[in-house]
Amino acid sequence: MAVAYTPGLRVSENAVIRKQRRLPMKGEVLVQPGRSVQAEEAVARAEMPGHLQTVRAAQMLQIEPQELQSCLLKRPGDEVEAGELIAQTKGLWGLFKSELRSPISGRLEEFSATSGHIRIREPSRSVEVRAHIAGEVEHIIEEEGAVIRARGALIQGIFGVGGERRGHLRVAVDGPEAVLHSEDIGECEGCVLVAGAGAESAAIAAAAEAGAVGLVVGAVRDEALREYVGHDIGVAITGQEDVLMALILTEGFGELPMARRTWELLTSLEGRLASIDGATQIRAGVIRPEIIVTREGGAEDAEQELPAQVLSVGSRVRVIREPHFGALGRVIELPAEPTEIETESKVRIAMVELDNGDEARVPRANLELIQE
Amino acid sequence: MAEPSRIVATDCGSTTTKAILIERRDNAYRLSGRGEAPTTVEAPFDDVTVGVLNATGELEELTDRRFLAEERVRTPLASDVGADLYLSTSSAGGGLQMLVTGVVKTMTAESAQRAALGAGAIVIDVIAVDDGRADHQRIARIRSIRPDMILMSGGTEGGTVQHLLDTAELLVAADPRPRLGRDFQLPVIYAGNSEALEGVREVLGDHVELLPVDNLRPQLDREELGPSREAIHRLFLEHVMAQAPGYDKLLTWTSAPVMSTPRAVGEMVQLAARDEGTDVLAVDIGGATTDIFSVFGGQFNRTVSANLGLSYSVCNVLAEAGTDGIRRWIPMKIEADELRNRLRNKMIRPTTVPQTAEDLLVEQAVAREALRLALIHHVALASGLKGVQQARTMADVFTQTGGGETLVDMMSLGLIIGSGGILSHAPRREQAALMLIDAFEPQGITRLAVDSIFMMPQLGVLASVLPDAAMEVFRRDCLVPLGTAIAPVGRAREGAVILEWEIGGQQGELQAGELRQVRLPPGETRQAELQPRRGIDVGAGRGRRWSGPVAGGAAGVIFDGRGRPLALPEAEDDRLAALVRWIRTVQAMPGGQR
Repeated sequence: MAVAYTPGLRVSENAVIRKQRRLPMKGEVLVQPGRSVQAEEAVARAEMPGHLQTVRAAQMLQIEPQELQSCLLKRPGDEVEAGELIAQTKGLWGLFKSELRSPISGRLEEFSATSGHIRIREPSRSVEVRAHIAGEVEHIIEEEGAVIRARGALIQGIFGVGGERRGHLRVAVDGPEAVLHSEDIGECEGCVLVAGAGAESAAIAAAAEAGAVGLVVGAVRDEALREYVGHDIGVAITGQEDVLMALILTEGFGELPMARRTWELLTSLEGRLASIDGATQIRAGVIRPEIIVTREGGAEDAEQELPAQVLSVGSRVRVIREPHFGALGRVIELPAEPTEIETESKVRIAMVELDNGDEARVPRANLELIQE
Repeated sequence: MAEPSRIVATDCGSTTTKAILIERRDNAYRLSGRGEAPTTVEAPFDDVTVGVLNATGELEELTDRRFLAEERVRTPLASDVGADLYLSTSSAGGGLQMLVTGVVKTMTAESAQRAALGAGAIVIDVIAVDDGRADHQRIARIRSIRPDMILMSGGTEGGTVQHLLDTAELLVAADPRPRLGRDFQLPVIYAGNSEALEGVREVLGDHVELLPVDNLRPQLDREELGPSREAIHRLFLEHVMAQAPGYDKLLTWTSAPVMSTPRAVGEMVQLAARDEGTDVLAVDIGGATTDIFSVFGGQFNRTVSANLGLSYSVCNVLAEAGTDGIRRWIPMKIEADELRNRLRNKMIRPTTVPQTAEDLLVEQAVAREALRLALIHHVALASGLKGVQQARTMADVFTQTGGGETLVDMMSLGLIIGSGGILSHAPRREQAALMLIDAFEPQGITRLAVDSIFMMPQLGVLASVLPDAAMEVFRRDCLVPLGTAIAPVGRAREGAVILEWEIGGQQGELQAGELRQVRLPPGETRQAELQPRRGIDVGAGRGRRWSGPVAGGAAGVIFDGRGRPLALPEAEDDRLAALVRWIRTVQAMPGGQR
């Protein structure tokens, strides 16, 4: 293949951040371009139509569908209450009338003389989308939402569960190699906890119970994730889990120290308000979980997003598969010809000098570039 | 037109666009080269032809010929630039996504599902009266999925009308929008009871574009999928393709209509089954999905196991098979926790490759389970018609479980074709052969092959124009023969002789529980004489002698005496020893025969 992309997650102290905030349907935008917004502020609102319920009216009244219209006591557009009489047959000499009562409260939307059904719509409910990050409204999306621009720290994780949350960062362990235990939790209501190489299953549960809104950690064991979510996650599309606290992994599964740069950035931001999102999608249109901490001021001196990087001699890398999974190093050679590896496959490799001094031959597909 | 001498064909996949060159040399069509480039149907390109030009450009470099002129693939060939034919298939942008509806889940809805799958679609949901959901849930679902088109079925001729009207009302309430193109109406193919058509038309009004075709299940015991499949294909070209970025341009370049990739593969599998005169099973195992195509007794079927794959969906294989389901195929000790973490790490970094022998064996273990589960899915759907005979009223029909025997017969199966990286690019071909045997458990005599570079899509679309040329290239360049599996079936105690064999002068005995390999190089065929013991069947009936030619391949002839269904030893040490023995027997151990 002519072009190869080397994956890498973004860890930036001072990035320009744009967040698109969209309603799931058309509605009203509540902000104007140029206006400052706070993270909790609503930027758009919509009335979500209620569920449509079908009432098999003709069948229940034991009439033909075309007779339905003459039996209706309510017309399309009328409000109805649960239990209210909505249709009645004429009966025989005014007796033996069949009655139909509305099973729900709502609005009679339509009836059909073809099928003999009535459809009643439940009351609508209001849906709001919040800014999620503090910043400025860059532009609005007509009837749908807005794009918020801010600058600040942006850290992408590798996998997460739970949707958007906001809370103050609190570092819960001593270092990036430390594992989170239940006794490390303490007072954390409304906080986003930061841990190191792992988190015990009991510690995850304790943090959620203590009211933490998020936990950012290098890795967890798959078993701990399963216990927390309550089931096996089959396909890597997450964000909708019914969990109290969002969980974001920065490195992967097992026990893996948080990358030093990520750790140092997160600890430097302790006490600040973080906007986090565990939603992950690992397919076309990749979505990675993220932690955002915005700061005041314009975007002039912010780092721009780096163009897709290319692996080259001197690149700082991390190995992302066995046998050196998690090891850091530097590329010292990039042989052009495919090389046979232990599996007997011929693949394009890189020679990497690992931080422990060893030299390793690693398939290029198993390397991740690290920003320095 | 004179016989084309130069054919360029592309397959626009969801991540990669692959171009191949087929040329006529010495009165035969042969593959001359292959190029590839990333697919460009999404931002920032939003134009599928950019990827086509890049892939064809790479093909130019590799074959030292020119096909491109004025920013397109030139046809016809002029001044040695261009090609006589340019053809393409596509599954880019998510392929063809369909919603199907029917009345009874296991009857009309299942027939509709077969029609859509056979036409190359991804079926995103099946709505049926007995699907266990409330109307509002169905409406919410229809609204959220944004299909490319809907296939509506239900009711035999003279049967139910009311259920079709109910479904039409659901569609009106949901007001589904097409995935691509905001300004056109969603096409709905109506293939249900013709007596309900006018009522359905009235209910649907101008909410959708209604296209009636013949009832796909006119009687309970008859299925007519052809008209629905043709309509799906026509709409795929007219609506879906025409709306996808760059396809309007691509459609003016090609010498024949663009085909959806799975449909093209299906065409090729059917052609191969006719040509070889045998039942065929083809599988394509990818990162996200596993497709199975089969022809049994002349009947074609396709299934897509949307969440069985080896990278994005690897943890769904884990969820379905369970840790022990996967671990039972791994020939070394590995803790459940370690295995689960490894598979999760593969899921989140799907482009990584195994570097160690142990890691390769783990991936091949997952592949066995993904293939096995996909076959179970296929066996269930590739069936005769369910609900035949007993049906009297709809109430009866809902409770029916009888009928619908599967068409899949592993004993009559003559050829298995594997494709997808784990099979086509296995470091040793013997590994691919053993994965197919372990997962599919073929019975009797079955040839095994892999599609070397997954060119069945391009050959399938070529078959619509030049079937003989497609078959020539299929035989000579597409299929890499792995060899032949010989698996006797019947009860025998471990270690008992179940078969005496003679192949091209070599002879021997096969014991129950044993796996044995006889080397026979690719391209060579030898006469085989197989005498099973009493009660054992190798294809000619219990205890009956089988004589005939067997084909060679990279893995030669593999005798599988392990029995059907294949049961692994329960005690861990015994199981590990057996796995190592089997893998070594067929020379499939990575890193040599350690």
